[in-house]
Amino acid sequence: MNLDFSEEQRILRKSAKDFFTRESPELLIRGMRKDETGHDLELWKKMADLGWLGVIIPEEYGGTGGTFMDLTILLEAMSEACLSGPFFSTVVLGANTILLAGTEDQKKNLLPEISEGRQVFALALSDPGNWNETENIRTPAKQDGPEYIIDGVKHFVENAHVADKIICAAQIEDHNGRQPGLTLFLVETGSPGVEIRPFRTLAYERYCQVVFRAVRIKLNDVLGTVGKAGPSLETLLERAAVAKCAEMLGAAQMSLDLAVAYAKERVQFGRPIGSFQAVQHHLANMAVDVDCMRNLTYQAAWRISEGLPAGTEAAMAKAFTSEAAARVTRFSHQVHGAIAFCDEHNLHFYYRKVKAAGLTFGDSETHLEKVARSLGL
Amino acid sequence: MEFKFNEREETFCQEVESFLNSALPPDWAEKNVSWPGGYASIGYKGDDALEAIARYRKKLIEKGWNTISWPREYGGREYSYVEQAIFDERTSYYRAPILDVIAVGMVAPTILRVGTVEQKKKWIPRIANGEISMWLGYSEPNAGSDLAGIQTKAVQEGDEYVINGQKVWSSGAHVTDYAWLIARTDPDAPRHKGVSFFLVDNKSPGITIRPLVNILGEHHFNEVFFDNVHVPKENLIGEKNKGFYHLMTALDFERVILVGIGGFKRVFEELVAYVKQTKREGLPLSNYPSVRLKLARIATEIEAGYLLVWRTAEMLDKGLSPTVESSALKLVATELSRKMAEVAMDILGPYSLIDEETELTPFRGLAPRGFLDCISATIGAGTSEIQRNIIAYRGLGLFKL
Repeated sequence: MNLDFSEEQRILRKSAKDFFTRESPELLIRGMRKDETGHDLELWKKMADLGWLGVIIPEEYGGTGGTFMDLTILLEAMSEACLSGPFFSTVVLGANTILLAGTEDQKKNLLPEISEGRQVFALALSDPGNWNETENIRTPAKQDGPEYIIDGVKHFVENAHVADKIICAAQIEDHNGRQPGLTLFLVETGSPGVEIRPFRTLAYERYCQVVFRAVRIKLNDVLGTVGKAGPSLETLLERAAVAKCAEMLGAAQMSLDLAVAYAKERVQFGRPIGSFQAVQHHLANMAVDVDCMRNLTYQAAWRISEGLPAGTEAAMAKAFTSEAAARVTRFSHQVHGAIAFCDEHNLHFYYRKVKAAGLTFGDSETHLEKVARSLGL
Repeated sequence: MEFKFNEREETFCQEVESFLNSALPPDWAEKNVSWPGGYASIGYKGDDALEAIARYRKKLIEKGWNTISWPREYGGREYSYVEQAIFDERTSYYRAPILDVIAVGMVAPTILRVGTVEQKKKWIPRIANGEISMWLGYSEPNAGSDLAGIQTKAVQEGDEYVINGQKVWSSGAHVTDYAWLIARTDPDAPRHKGVSFFLVDNKSPGITIRPLVNILGEHHFNEVFFDNVHVPKENLIGEKNKGFYHLMTALDFERVILVGIGGFKRVFEELVAYVKQTKREGLPLSNYPSVRLKLARIATEIEAGYLLVWRTAEMLDKGLSPTVESSALKLVATELSRKMAEVAMDILGPYSLIDEETELTPFRGLAPRGFLDCISATIGAGTSEIQRNIIAYRGLGLFKL
């Protein structure tokens, strides 16, 4: 039993932290939230050069052949820096989906585009009215000769507005006369019929509504096998949930650190507020929450890295972290008092981010239901 | 990074399992009604229980596993903290009888660390053989969380110390041989200095043990009065006036990994089995979303507890100081004791109120027992508030007033 990072992992963590510190003294989101696209092309290139965009892509497809744990480490550091942009949608969602569902040729063609920073990907899953990406996908796709036609609407497609390609999940109607098959389609965002509308959201993330109006896709651009996307998507969603935990963990740790530092320096009633028990107990509870979410998240990430079944562990991590991280950021605000209620203070970025991450890729109750099922209930 | 047992740990885990299966009667776990985390009740039912306990004890001592963490030269196995945690997890999962945590787990390690050669010779073999049992003489009416406030005095008179005072919440004082007593040996020193440890024979003249009945209606702890009790000066263990120092070092973290996390898993599994078989308005309880969510939440917290156990243990093995982790573990495990009891009561509804064994009593009456006993979990051995203080001071570097 060894719950610590290896030496390489420690180095990765440190280099990621150092990179973002050098990159900007401010949280990255602060500048980028007003930006039209929220995508810093120069920064993207730097991350490509560092090999980060190819972190989970095997070397044979142009990546650095790292593990899911390496990705987790990067995501944690990126969250601490409040990185804006399409890393999550391109690397966590795009690259993983291609690795899980794509044909050998597709992997050869698409993955280097990602690792070298040439193409941005988005993943379109949620039908309107679906709370979770895992709920029944009904967007229809009809076969018409050598092409498929997709007609439908997708919600919460992160960074579609800067994506080169959208991977869209749809149900093929009357597939060989059998039950419809869930299929993944590679859609060029410039294709006729693709309408993208970004929304401003709580955590300044760019979630888009994407309308597919009779969008035509060539047979070749089915990602993987027709009708067989289900299992790949299930695995993808598991990984995405744990990746969100990594983001929440980074945000929670920063929120805790900020609160502890503030409690030591802020003087009221002639003493640092960190000497009052009520404040100490809030901070102690937060420290325990961060510890527990770290252990659960790393356990799930490690299992994914090792190719072990991780369904229960991922669900437990997401369920716990979604709630615990929200507590940590909420109580960090409480410890800070009014000063962190100002836009100028960084804390609200973490508070927003944790909430967004908590509600996407399955909220805590969705994952608790998964846990219940895994218990045989 | 490895979130799993290595080969040695896995082998040991299996060894402990087969031992427990052979040393305990087959239905042992099912007959036990103790609630994980609670201090008040160790409920072994049935007349054959005492016999089974004696047999288990003998086998454990024969195997040398009661002294599992001791140095080899004193008959121990020098097992790692992770292995000790494995032992604690498995034995608690099988609800194995808990044998003298005080003498074996606290006193002997202290004697081994700070005792004289004569003291080690006199006490260690008999503790190792299970010949001596002990009770913890710490708390007093005016000294609970504030242990430094103890007032029991030990005054040197020639070759003896004369002890006067009172201890309270003395679990097992009525059925053990010796007190591991902390008493004030220098009344003029500051509170934290000037206390020392003594081993006091329960049979000494001047000791009066008065039962205290707990809220479960059971007698486990006591008040103990010391009225001019004479103790040979050789029974002072460690350096005179350095008692608090001995208390705070080393043992502080060690004991904490032994939270009996396996006991939580066991009760939880029983609760899951119960809700699958039991119907409410014609549907199994396990169909109800509120039941599913509550149980899933408990399962997740149990997993968090398990990871804290392994994390604390492996940090100790690496020579690191698990300042936040060990207090977090105690806090999380004991709060979980309460949460699980509350969930059990809620899920079982009004039937959970039946407090005797009848054909209507759900879940072997564990829920109401647990609901009462869990109160002690967050209070004994360092209240939740004290744990949070420790996390704040030692873990986060915040100030004591």
